[in-house]
Amino acid sequence: MNEEYRYDYRTVEGYILSSIVWAVVGLVVGLLISVQLFAPALNFAPWASYGRLRTVHTNILGFGLGIGAIFGLCYYIVMRLTRRTLLFPRLARLQLWLFNVGILAALVTLAMGYTQSLEYAEMEWPLDIAIVVVWVMFAVNVFGTILARREEQMYVSLWFIIATVVGVAVLYIVNNLAIVAGPMKSYHLFAGVNSANVQWWYGHNVVGFVFTTPILAMFYYFLPKSTGLPIYSHRLSIVAFWSLVFGYLWTGAHHLVYTPLPDWIQTLAIVFTLFLIAPSWGSVVNGYGTIGEDWSKMKTSYLAKFFILGITFYGLQTVQGPTQALRVVSQLIHFTDWVPGHVHMGTMGWVALTVTASIYYVIPRIYGTEIYSVKLANTHFWLVLVGQLIFSFTGWITGIQQGAMWKALTPEGTLKYTFMEGLVKNYPYWHLRSLGGTIFVVGMLVFVANVLMTIQKGRALEAA
Amino acid sequence: MAGKIYSKPILFTLMVTVAVLAGSIVMMAYPMLRADMHPKLENLRPFTALQLAGRDIYQREGCVNCHTQTVRPLRTEVMRYGDYSKAGEFFYDRPFLWGSKRTGPDLAREGGKRPDAWHLAHYENAQAIVPRSNMPPYGWMKANKLDAAAVKAHMDALGLPFTAQQIAELATRTEMDALVAYTQQLGHAVEKKKAAGGLDLAATNPFGTSPQAIAAGAVLFAASCSVCHGDEGQGGIGPSFTNGEFLAQKGYGTDGEYFAVISGGSDAKKAIGRPGSPDGGMEAYAGQIPPEGIWQLVSWIRAQQLHEGSEPPKVEHREHQTGGRH
Repeated sequence: MNEEYRYDYRTVEGYILSSIVWAVVGLVVGLLISVQLFAPALNFAPWASYGRLRTVHTNILGFGLGIGAIFGLCYYIVMRLTRRTLLFPRLARLQLWLFNVGILAALVTLAMGYTQSLEYAEMEWPLDIAIVVVWVMFAVNVFGTILARREEQMYVSLWFIIATVVGVAVLYIVNNLAIVAGPMKSYHLFAGVNSANVQWWYGHNVVGFVFTTPILAMFYYFLPKSTGLPIYSHRLSIVAFWSLVFGYLWTGAHHLVYTPLPDWIQTLAIVFTLFLIAPSWGSVVNGYGTIGEDWSKMKTSYLAKFFILGITFYGLQTVQGPTQALRVVSQLIHFTDWVPGHVHMGTMGWVALTVTASIYYVIPRIYGTEIYSVKLANTHFWLVLVGQLIFSFTGWITGIQQGAMWKALTPEGTLKYTFMEGLVKNYPYWHLRSLGGTIFVVGMLVFVANVLMTIQKGRALEAA
Repeated sequence: MAGKIYSKPILFTLMVTVAVLAGSIVMMAYPMLRADMHPKLENLRPFTALQLAGRDIYQREGCVNCHTQTVRPLRTEVMRYGDYSKAGEFFYDRPFLWGSKRTGPDLAREGGKRPDAWHLAHYENAQAIVPRSNMPPYGWMKANKLDAAAVKAHMDALGLPFTAQQIAELATRTEMDALVAYTQQLGHAVEKKKAAGGLDLAATNPFGTSPQAIAAGAVLFAASCSVCHGDEGQGGIGPSFTNGEFLAQKGYGTDGEYFAVISGGSDAKKAIGRPGSPDGGMEAYAGQIPPEGIWQLVSWIRAQQLHEGSEPPKVEHREHQTGGRH
């Protein structure tokens, strides 16, 4: 390990290891709730019932795995691109501890039923304050280090990291404004239709600034690094960046199509959602253009396929999303299992592939060694790919079926199916979904083992 | 190209902030200033203390993860659930609980559709009422008394009106009572859709006593009615058809009256106007079951009445019935 960077790299490693622990917790909970969908007997205690655990699943994976990995990998990228150590190394370490305490508290309190009932902003107000503190620590270190950089130009990845810091701060603070009613109870400051509009402005964009911009920062840094190929077009990066950061914030209300939200907000959101295909595909084209300079890298660099499949799922995700926003499509698939199918293509496809590949890149470099096993990494790749495809496709199919059954009429003009007739048709697909989820989780466990073995190898080298 | 900003982090960050705020202001902040984001229906009542306690429990249990509370203005959706949701129904909803996934049915029009006893039995063991349901059990709530002081603090925080007596009464109520009270007020601000067309109480059953119609009616009855009215129509959560009474009075109704009540639900009961008949409880099946099906049900009910009249009344009860708790 490079002496100058030793302390900061240990911090990076700490974030990566933490995110891995939360990944395992969140994934196991995810598997459990997928089975609860067809086996209600598994709701064996109030804290273990589907309604509470679904929130645990999304928060532990979004905030524990997602944000944890983002902290670690962004700090790594910031150090490389500024050619220096973090400006406040001890602050980053303190932030790591506070982060883990916060996620643990989230796990416990969400299982206990303390929730604000706002999707991806469920944590109650004391935890919100802790999250804001953690985020400010992150912002101070990112901006401080960038201001004290030893490289004049800021590379694309730094732009996306800055956008992440700003975007999440604005979104998180506004949507979590609340009327405090007790030590662990609050009510949204906004009511009714307004509450819905603020929530989905947040809900959609937090996906944009947690599952898109920082992941693109990783993509733009680690794809060239792991293949040795320069980014295809710098100009395209610029256009894609600014149009994404500008366009994203207009689109949240596409989650509220056909609700009592005023029509003009819905329509404007749908229009901007269609526009958003352009910046998203800017990055997709950039990824393909980069690997297009030398396709043989797909074979010679074991990480290239993670990034290229990842950006492929990002591309599919960002076409599927706008399609769903159209009123005619929304009325069929909204509220159905199509939506979890869509979400999981983004999280299990784009985010998980990119993040795990970035971790594969970083961990050996911290110790100046190689990955423990490329073969295991390839096994991990195929397992998570197959698992995710089964998960997404079963969701899409049963979602369309549900939507169609809800809308079906008899020749006499009465409803053709009861709600239950529609629900029971999901069961076979939910079985398959759990199978896909299991394959995915096994793949992720292979990844965890590979990372842990690499660290063990690195530490043995260090001790020698 | 203005490449300079990529070496000026402060300026760059300011530009990003402006870009992020532009859409946020137009789509999120500006609408707040408009009256159409804060409408309130005339009939909308604030939550009572018991209802708010129930809403807190609805939040705590993550019901919103599986149930929506917004009926979209789509033909089939209005037929299935009732009138589409209005912006002015949600004035007191902090936060909104429209949801994003309908693993279970929408609940925006659930209030008053079914009797309390149905909800009590269903919350306790959904599979006993709806055999292949995947809803978790919530019977444990019956053992949990409400925390009156906490509910009062919540009412205060929201600025909702209450009396000391209402708060005092909470101490004797359970979480289950609160959840049922919350469920039963859902959608109260919107007048229930009247059954389509006028009621023809003198209509005669085109199928009469046709054995085919009775057989078809039996299938429909088992699917939609037996949960509340008993497997043989002997009653349970809902009234009996075979005890010599109709709408709480001696004597059976006419074919047209049965048809009207099945089609139009509780609203039709009011139109028939038999004193002593309890309000609410009966769902309107017009739109869910075609008219022929409803006549077939009438055929089956008639057959049951004849059949039951020739033997002593049954006293069997299903296990899940909680009879008389409410």
